[in-house]
Amino acid sequence: MSGWTRKDLVGIVDLSAAEIGTVLDTAKSLQEISTRSIKKVPTLRGRTIANLFFEPSTRTRISFELAEKRLSADILNITGSTSSTAKGELLKDTIRNIESLKVDMVVIRHSCTGAPHRLAEALNVSVVNAGDGINEHPTQALLDMFTIREKKGRLKGLKVLFVGDILHSRVARSNIWGLTKMGASVVLCGPKTLLPPRIEELGVTVTTNLREAVKDADVINLLRIQKERQDQSFFPSIREYAIAYQINSEILKKAKPDVLIMHPGPVNRGIELSSEVADGPYSVILDQVTNGLAIRMAVLYLLSGAKSIESKKE
Amino acid sequence: MQTKTVLNADEVKKAITRISHEIYERHHDLKRLALIGIRTGGAILAKRFQAQIETMTGQKIPLGLLDITLYRDDLSEVGPQPDIGKTEIDFDVSGKTIILIDDVLYTGRTIRSALDAIIDFGRPTCIQLAVFVDRGHREFPIKPDFVGKNIPTAPEEQVVVKLQETDKIDEVVVMTQKDVTS
Amino acid sequence: MDVIIQNAKVIDPKNKTNAVLDLYIKRGKIAELKKDIQAKDVPVLDAKNLCLIPGLIDLHVHFREPGYEQKETITTGALAALKGGVVAAVTMPNTDPPCDHHSVVDNIIRKAREVPFHIFPAGTISQGRAGKYLSEMVDLKRAGIWAVSDDGDWVGDSLLMRRALDYASMLDLLVITHAEDHRLSADGVMTEGLVSTKLGLRAKPNASEDVAVARDIELARLTGARLHIAHISTRGALDFVRRAKSQGLLVTCEVTPHHFALSDEALVRYDTNFKMNPPLRSEEDRKAMVEGLKDGSIDAIATDHAPHTQEEKMLEIDHAPCGVLGVETSFGVAMTELYHKKVLSFEEIIHKMSVRPAEILKLPAQFGQIRVGDKANVTLVAPDHEWVVDPAKFASKSKNSCFIGQKLKGKVMATVCDGKLWQWEKIS
Repeated sequence: MSGWTRKDLVGIVDLSAAEIGTVLDTAKSLQEISTRSIKKVPTLRGRTIANLFFEPSTRTRISFELAEKRLSADILNITGSTSSTAKGELLKDTIRNIESLKVDMVVIRHSCTGAPHRLAEALNVSVVNAGDGINEHPTQALLDMFTIREKKGRLKGLKVLFVGDILHSRVARSNIWGLTKMGASVVLCGPKTLLPPRIEELGVTVTTNLREAVKDADVINLLRIQKERQDQSFFPSIREYAIAYQINSEILKKAKPDVLIMHPGPVNRGIELSSEVADGPYSVILDQVTNGLAIRMAVLYLLSGAKSIESKKE
Repeated sequence: MQTKTVLNADEVKKAITRISHEIYERHHDLKRLALIGIRTGGAILAKRFQAQIETMTGQKIPLGLLDITLYRDDLSEVGPQPDIGKTEIDFDVSGKTIILIDDVLYTGRTIRSALDAIIDFGRPTCIQLAVFVDRGHREFPIKPDFVGKNIPTAPEEQVVVKLQETDKIDEVVVMTQKDVTS
Repeated sequence: MDVIIQNAKVIDPKNKTNAVLDLYIKRGKIAELKKDIQAKDVPVLDAKNLCLIPGLIDLHVHFREPGYEQKETITTGALAALKGGVVAAVTMPNTDPPCDHHSVVDNIIRKAREVPFHIFPAGTISQGRAGKYLSEMVDLKRAGIWAVSDDGDWVGDSLLMRRALDYASMLDLLVITHAEDHRLSADGVMTEGLVSTKLGLRAKPNASEDVAVARDIELARLTGARLHIAHISTRGALDFVRRAKSQGLLVTCEVTPHHFALSDEALVRYDTNFKMNPPLRSEEDRKAMVEGLKDGSIDAIATDHAPHTQEEKMLEIDHAPCGVLGVETSFGVAMTELYHKKVLSFEEIIHKMSVRPAEILKLPAQFGQIRVGDKANVTLVAPDHEWVVDPAKFASKSKNSCFIGQKLKGKVMATVCDGKLWQWEKIS
């Protein structure tokens, strides 16, 4: 048995190292399905999964959708802007609708922190957080860890550097929880305005000096910089941000020869990283996309047992 | 728990040799033959058959390992999901004669799942079934083509094929729960 | 109304009373206060083992009327307050229309009288709470306001605030400030710190309160006005108040029960019933509030009773409105957290919840003490009575309490307001 008994995956913060290991191992076994001529298994046949995307997302939504299809689930796509949920339909009504439609699992992306947590509390069915506010993006962290483990053979003892807007990054936050649990050391680098307060108390190292930080990193995970942040005075200009924090071939000369370059996408070429790095030999950005599929299949598979766990309890 | 040994190490070895011979007798054209073992017991046995056939003929026939978890018909009833083993079928199954190998044949549900899984990899010419132990109680119309030993059992009994690779011993035992409440 | 409350332990810090006495309320007025009162045909309430204290006064409530009657009305708010042992309250002016016109003041006071309940409304500092032009404070005072405040909208324009303090002090109006630099608070929904970093919620720093308190104190120094800092919540702001008091400025402040009872850790489940403004602060800040109550730098306990509908509080934490109920639980929370944990004596709690609020507002003699000849405004409490906060029992129209399910020790058993007796629990 996998030992997985959780109904929901709302945050890496809740998971143990063993549970993270279970997801990664399961994903490893599922990878092969995507290489078959018939890329589909009947595992979730007859199950309905609702993808609730209250915030625009292409990559994550497509990845979940394909993972669901590969497992033969039926899919219900519900998209909407957060503003309409705030003013019109309440989260509560969404919940009621989902229950009425007899959905078995919900994948939710929401611009507000905690929305998946509230949903998970209110629903009997499994909830997967596909990104909430500035809080967590658990499947992204899992696929990042998976990719690192695939390429480096381990997570323990590795130094993983995150560069960019840590403050607003759910990718960074989920990775911090996960990587520290798996025994990797995490270094965060970005302008001081984009570093969360007291983050070092979570067991990570914080620096504003990129040139120093890249030196002994085994992995550099770049975070997408949002151009509108300059309007809120987080940094003076995109130009200056690129001068100080862009990963390009020049700065990579200081890095280890086998460093991995990761990015959750979509990439702002010429801002957080240069094109030659994005397409270069260190880049595993496309592996991340491929691995995302196996990770999401693994998560859906593991959670799909939760319903029977719940009913057994009753 | 009462344990009865039905086959000892020597008998296990003999059975493997016999089945391997039977497979070869029925399929002289080894080029079109492939073995697929069902994880975990069937996979180990498949490796033994492969080795035995290689010893006999000097030819190494392709071997695939199959995990049928994703094809099980009882997933929604089992609670915490089972671990998924890796499926490794590195050859094209289309046009091949597949010998599907499992350790114990019981209800036939595992074999049903395995047939579905193999078909997702292509269109074999034919699939034959080799099992080490047939203990009866079929729930599906499935019949083995090669059998190590028929062991009539009661439903509450458990048949375990122990193999050197995982259990440090080759033997087949039948276990009976003496007192169900204990 | 006539009633004799017998054998109650009467505790009236102002008059230094602490004795088991009978209280005779005759036609709503306190006729007698002594041992063994005998009177014919007067109903008797045997208050053995209970304490009779001056009615509680809440310096900070939102009763939402006019404009937001779906959340609370003056009637439901007053009933909730009475249930919490409160006989008088200062309503904040963030209604719709805001309390910047005498007609709004008239309406509030009239509706309160019907209950009967005492509301001492706060009018706005600026017209429409827009921070541009001063409100017509002379007219508002004639209509019945006792204080001015722009409530949640801190007067960011320092010149306007200076003028407001000068003008209000001319009228001897208390100026209440919700001190917060909103620009600095940005889009924060909780306090900035380790917990916000862990929870991934947008946060606002203590400094947004600290800088605003500091400015307002300096303007109070400049103008000599009476400045009251609403719901103080940071240790930094409290230090500014301490300094101002030591320098003899007319600065007072209040703290809410949730700011001395809870800290930011309460937000772990993203429950919107823990979203308020100021936000729940760190444990260090919470301890500083307790310390401030103890050393007297915090004058009063006020609830910032802020009802919101369940629909509103069901929104995601980023979108749900700030605020929690307070009046029905404030006495219980204060007793549980301060009296039973031996931070304050019972007299000191009465001081913070009745005596001092009456002084800050400069209320008439019938408030903050128990005196023969005055209209009866008293509260009967059971200091050791344990109870669990149950929203189904709230008199308030809303249910957004941050103490739901909590066991409290100390309960209001009956309230006499404006001479009318409200009995909440069975009294043997």
